Amino acid sequence: MAKPHAAGKRHHWIVRATHWVNAVALTLMIASGLRIFNAYPAFARKGETFCCWPWEGTAAPAWMTFGGGLSGARNWHFAMMWLLAVNGAVYLAFVWLHGEWRDLAPRRGDVRDAWEMVKFYLFVRKTHPHQGKHNALQKSVYFALPWLGVLAVLTGIAIWKPVQLAPLTGLFGGYVWARYWHFAVMLLLVLLGAGHVFMVFAVDPQSLRSMVTGDYDESRSPEALNKRPLFRGHPKPVLAIPTAAPSPGGAEVDRETEVRPVAPREPMSAPSHPPAPSPSTEAVPVVDAADIDDVRVDDETTVATDANVGGAEIDGDAGETDGEEVGR
Amino acid sequence: MMDRRRFLSLGGLSAAALIAEACESHGPKGALKVLRWAERRNESVERFLFRHTSMNHASADRLVGRRMPSYYISKGPPVWDEAVRGKWALEVSGAVRTPLRLTLEDLAKLPRVTQRIDHFCVEGWTASTQFTGVRVSALARLAGIRPDAGYVDFQSFDSDYHESWDLESAMHPQTLVAFMREGRFLNSWYGAPARVHSPVKLGYKNTKYLTRVVFMPQRNGGYWSDKGYEWYGGT
Repeated sequence: MAKPHAAGKRHHWIVRATHWVNAVALTLMIASGLRIFNAYPAFARKGETFCCWPWEGTAAPAWMTFGGGLSGARNWHFAMMWLLAVNGAVYLAFVWLHGEWRDLAPRRGDVRDAWEMVKFYLFVRKTHPHQGKHNALQKSVYFALPWLGVLAVLTGIAIWKPVQLAPLTGLFGGYVWARYWHFAVMLLLVLLGAGHVFMVFAVDPQSLRSMVTGDYDESRSPEALNKRPLFRGHPKPVLAIPTAAPSPGGAEVDRETEVRPVAPREPMSAPSHPPAPSPSTEAVPVVDAADIDDVRVDDETTVATDANVGGAEIDGDAGETDGEEVGR
Repeated sequence: MMDRRRFLSLGGLSAAALIAEACESHGPKGALKVLRWAERRNESVERFLFRHTSMNHASADRLVGRRMPSYYISKGPPVWDEAVRGKWALEVSGAVRTPLRLTLEDLAKLPRVTQRIDHFCVEGWTASTQFTGVRVSALARLAGIRPDAGYVDFQSFDSDYHESWDLESAMHPQTLVAFMREGRFLNSWYGAPARVHSPVKLGYKNTKYLTRVVFMPQRNGGYWSDKGYEWYGGT
């Protein structure tokens, strides 16, 4: 398969640049937006009550705000909005034109894959599910974020121009509701953003480096290390299963090669499914327990044969091989 | 290689922290120019979006607007003292062919408009309220504005409060010199004897306690505009 972009880079430089510009612009937008909100920290019109916000009248803490007074915060907000919008447009245009959207677009099986990730994080499942560039949970967040960004911009324009663009404001239910949705979208962005930053440090710290330099060491990916947030990872064991004559004791683990051999991951634009079998993998008599994990017979997967290479058994839902158990 | 990269990324983080510290809450001083520039750019976008046909209509329901806050910059509600200043009259002057002086009775005789509209405060709240008054565009026609009039300054006797507008916004059919609210003449808490009101500008652009409407070739800032709030302040 053709390399989607510069050899060895996990993220194209445009993605890296727009990521960091977005991080700065979004932070300033949120902080200055909270300062603007604090000038009237409620949603109700004068003389009315508002149904759907339990903290009417409660201002955001000052340390979260930015811009000085109301006027300064507004000036920052209305300047930074262009950076945020233009930067977002550049990112979306790039992702669309360059094909990276394929890493993020929802696919059939994502719900199941996300559920498998949840099971893994909750120790219900022992090994990290196989994934493409992103795991299914991650992918859903990265897919949702641009849409939330678009909503933030639209609701923002709706409360900026409630008269000149009255139809847009009306679309969100009028000025009061548009202001409410603008705030709600911000809360969601903060929630997902905080989760994102937490997971970077808790699960995949080298992704921080990959978002700066673009380099990423697949042998230390969360999948390779079976990494859960707040828990130490453990590299996936490698099973050496003789092809010709199985030893009487069953599968043996080759301790020497316990470090998983690093095979370059499929190009990043590839769908997040187990790689199609190639002649070379079938010839190698080493079966990665992790790969067996994920062999599923479904219409999107064509690697069912992998599981049979070493005659390893697939153990039901938990997706563990007997061999792995022996290896412990 | 790894260590160098880690060093670089740590360096980047600490540099970001230093910048954040230098910013304080107002942001770096150098950003002021950029913010001013962005405000001017926003103004051209807002002017581009402006339509005289874009109207605002507020719902006439229940309590809405009855609690419209009173607001002025003087120590107490400004009152026009006839004993000292003589009879109140609105002056329409500047770049006009026939300057006018209109008493409240004169204003009340002109064709009036009653509209229930939203009042958009810069702070984020809104109130819908009903105003009755004379269109600024009607006053402009009466006085005969000259072609070089591109701006209007609305001046008051509430200390030195004033706000200047672009002519297009002032000529919007919903921009009034209002003398009645909810069917009654204004009282001194709400801008008596007359005030500017329009849904096309934020609250602070709508001068109360009006004394003069001055058409100008140049903009003339404003009380809040000079304190850092957007001069255009359109909605």
